[in-house]
Amino acid sequence: MDAETHELIAGYALDALDADDEARVRELLATSEEAREELRALSEVAAAMATATSGPTPRPELRGRILDGARAEPPAVVSLDEYRRSRAVPVLGAVAAIAAVAALALGLWGAGASRDLDDTRAALDRQQAATAVLSDPDARAIGLETGDGRLVVGEDGSAVLVMNGMTPAPDGKTYEVWVAAGDDAPVRAGLFDAAHERDVVPVEEPVHAGSVVMVTVEPAGGVDAPTSDPIVVSQPA
Amino acid sequence: MRKDLTHLSDEALVALVARGDETALGELYDRVGRVAYGIAFRVLRDDRLAEDAVQEGFLAVWRSAATFRAERAKASTWIVTLVHRRAVDLVRREERRRTEPLDLEQRDAPDPVGSAEDEAWLGFERERVQRLLRMLPDAQREALELAYYGGYSQAELAERLGVPLGTIKSRMFAGLSRLRELLDDTETEGSWTPRLTS
Repeated sequence: MDAETHELIAGYALDALDADDEARVRELLATSEEAREELRALSEVAAAMATATSGPTPRPELRGRILDGARAEPPAVVSLDEYRRSRAVPVLGAVAAIAAVAALALGLWGAGASRDLDDTRAALDRQQAATAVLSDPDARAIGLETGDGRLVVGEDGSAVLVMNGMTPAPDGKTYEVWVAAGDDAPVRAGLFDAAHERDVVPVEEPVHAGSVVMVTVEPAGGVDAPTSDPIVVSQPA
Repeated sequence: MRKDLTHLSDEALVALVARGDETALGELYDRVGRVAYGIAFRVLRDDRLAEDAVQEGFLAVWRSAATFRAERAKASTWIVTLVHRRAVDLVRREERRRTEPLDLEQRDAPDPVGSAEDEAWLGFERERVQRLLRMLPDAQREALELAYYGGYSQAELAERLGVPLGTIKSRMFAGLSRLRELLDDTETEGSWTPRLTS
């Protein structure tokens, strides 16, 4: 890291950066392990400065206020904004962590933990969508008619397909997700290339009561209507 | 039913909070709340605003505990970071601070609230870090204190002190790095956490 980078991270650890520098550090933290390590160390130093303060102590009521506030809102609903604000935690790492925790809570260990998320913002958005559903306390898990895995549907219809042990899509092919409501033609709902022991795939169209989610094998890039029989079919939501 | 969580690490408590355990949140507050309030008050100089910052910080812990990764930060550091961030946001919104003179003086020692051992430990840490801060060159110490305790951004400080922005940036980095070395040299417990295992 060059001197300027070191200085940026120090400013970040002190919460002293102006907006554009702060944006630069966030970019850096998303991609550089070295930068995250530096921030970890300097954040400890900044926090040590917190212990050096002296002043009045909080009123005893504060503890109750905090717990009341916590009770008033459901836990573990993590907004993207909150990810971006949680300063000690790099964004991509944070997403991987919540994916792992959410998956663990649903007995789906392995879903997010082993994913390599260092590539794109798109991966971040997909993971965010998936974790939002998986951390929704009202989400339902629906079995599959065909295929090994399950469909998890949140109250608002956002959904995630969790697939076990799918083989990677063949060269030049991709898996395409579809949502079919009633007798309507299936609507395309995202692409994925199975690459993991367990794949967590956000369904990019809402899944309403009675809808069925399917997966077909299609030419790379996807198509607008299925050209092959589905290899995965959910039970009706 | 009161669960006894005192044997758990801070990080284990955060994991419980991620699963919606309010008792664990309360235990974290008992451990870190005092220091969190201390820094919030230092920045805001107002007890109600400091309480707001602490409350918002702990609610951020509640909401985002699932994003915490122990290899990225100690849990106590993460919490202090969240509270400090809220305090800085609040003080920058409050115009009041802008008209006050810069005040780098430490206040008198606070009223004791915890156990004698906790008080002793906190006092020890406070003295130690204050002593190390005083070992920094004045310009570096000033930059660190005005930023972290005063809530001033680098651009604000450059203007206020009448020095180039680049100078402020390098002073902050140099000061923080030096303080890091000094802390490492004197580190005995490997932790600043205001908690005694007993």
